[in-house]
Amino acid sequence: MTKAKSGQVALNAPYLLWAVAFIVVPLIFVAYYAFTTADGGFTFQNIITFFTHKQYMTVFWRSMLYALWATLICLLIAYPFAYCMSKVNMSSQRMLMLLVMLPMLMNLIVRTYSWQQILERNGLINKLLESIGLEPVQFLGNAGVIIFGMVYNYLPFMILPIYSSISKVDKSLLEASNDLGCNAFGTVRRVILPMSLPGILSGITMVFVPCVSTFYISRQFSDGNIKMIGDVIEDKFYRSSVPDYNIGATISLVLMLIILISLAVVNKFSDGDDESGGGVVI
Amino acid sequence: MSKLRWIFIGIILILLYAPIIVMIVFSFNEANSTSIFEGFSLRWYKDLFQYGGDLLGALRNTLVLAVLSSVISTVLGTVAAVGISKMKKAWVKSSVMSVTNIPLMNPEVVTGISMMLMFVFVGKMLDLANSVNFFTILIAHITFGLPYVILNVLPRLRSTDKHLTEAAMDLGCTPVQAFFKAVLPSITPGIIVGFIMAFTMSLDDFVISYFTNGTYQTLPLLIYSMTRKPMKPDVYALESIMFLIILVLMILLNVIQNDDKKKGARLKK
Repeated sequence: MTKAKSGQVALNAPYLLWAVAFIVVPLIFVAYYAFTTADGGFTFQNIITFFTHKQYMTVFWRSMLYALWATLICLLIAYPFAYCMSKVNMSSQRMLMLLVMLPMLMNLIVRTYSWQQILERNGLINKLLESIGLEPVQFLGNAGVIIFGMVYNYLPFMILPIYSSISKVDKSLLEASNDLGCNAFGTVRRVILPMSLPGILSGITMVFVPCVSTFYISRQFSDGNIKMIGDVIEDKFYRSSVPDYNIGATISLVLMLIILISLAVVNKFSDGDDESGGGVVI
Repeated sequence: MSKLRWIFIGIILILLYAPIIVMIVFSFNEANSTSIFEGFSLRWYKDLFQYGGDLLGALRNTLVLAVLSSVISTVLGTVAAVGISKMKKAWVKSSVMSVTNIPLMNPEVVTGISMMLMFVFVGKMLDLANSVNFFTILIAHITFGLPYVILNVLPRLRSTDKHLTEAAMDLGCTPVQAFFKAVLPSITPGIIVGFIMAFTMSLDDFVISYFTNGTYQTLPLLIYSMTRKPMKPDVYALESIMFLIILVLMILLNVIQNDDKKKGARLKK
């Protein structure tokens, strides 16, 4: 018995130590910096500063709003896409799945830069517009293009979980619904939609979390004029002439808490179905 | 109806691939521009291998980091998954799983910053000159690779027959031998998928590396610093090659999973 026990300890100890040292303790450091001043004394001032300064609050609400829009648009594109995908033959489905995953694995910075070059004042699209005699359009530098950038980047994260839950719906259920007098639309609304809810919820969290904390996309698409919460965090640690770790940690802490709360809310809705949900993309 | 379906799928795919196609096209540009195409040439590929020392050096760093971190994550994660699958108390198991999920759920910025704050704090205490360096970025990459390995190996262990180990031990194996001879072969596909995922995540990571790298320059970090000015198409040339490599890797992964499914189906019969 003791031998089995020591075997158990030997199996678990390395990972548990690692997880505590490099996952849990770093988060404690975020909290530590958020509640201390630059010379280490305890304070609530950072939190108060964050919630009372207009500059932080504007960025905060802007990030929430952009992330919500991007998540909604992703859902509206991804659901019909995943539905169409589940309707084609099996080998095409596998190929489409690969095609959806592939861009995700390419460097985000190069893809964003490439879009910026396409959308620029002298970029490909404006060249195309001019060649057919239209006025060039200023695409970059507004909210819409930043939301577009986020939709573009995170769309696969919405498609994959929805597709995986739609493709799990039993075919005989669809036939039954058809036999009982539902048309295609009715079947989607009454059978497929409710049964793919776990996929939708997991897609929403997988898009919303990286969107709300995004940085780089907003800077690249607005020449640094429109900032998101991630850009401000980056500023506080790296870009400003006087780095302010404490306020940077405070913003990170608030961001983390908001995301944990929204994940808890979403998990409440998904009935603890951890097989189809979960955070791993395959 | 089915035509409409393919048109919709096609439009979205064009959107997903537009920047990648533009990147590949402009990597063959004769001119030094990523927005005006002046003719086909292989000049940037030649340039890349002749003068692209910075880019190739960063690529080498990225690969070293990705190989090391994903191998360590795979070994540590597989052992952890075996340990977790044997845990008896439900609350212990669920709290370990919650901690395992943190790097997947937390925004990358927060993960990066939390590690940086700890490394900087420890570095100050130990009076180190560089509190973030190769080892800190390696630790960071191992840490975010671990959940991919664990979450891919655990379901395999769950579906492996519990009596397999007992049978092997009855036949004279030690527990360790029983693991290597009876359990390991049946969880190998999960380990491979976990390894490839950890590897690709490490290859592509920018945000977490950005806060933990010190002077260790990886390719995404170098490209990030280059995009502040207009880039030369040699970066596109390198990324086009990477695209090809990732494509091959993905197809391989697909084949492994497919074979595995077929085997599983045959076993059930």
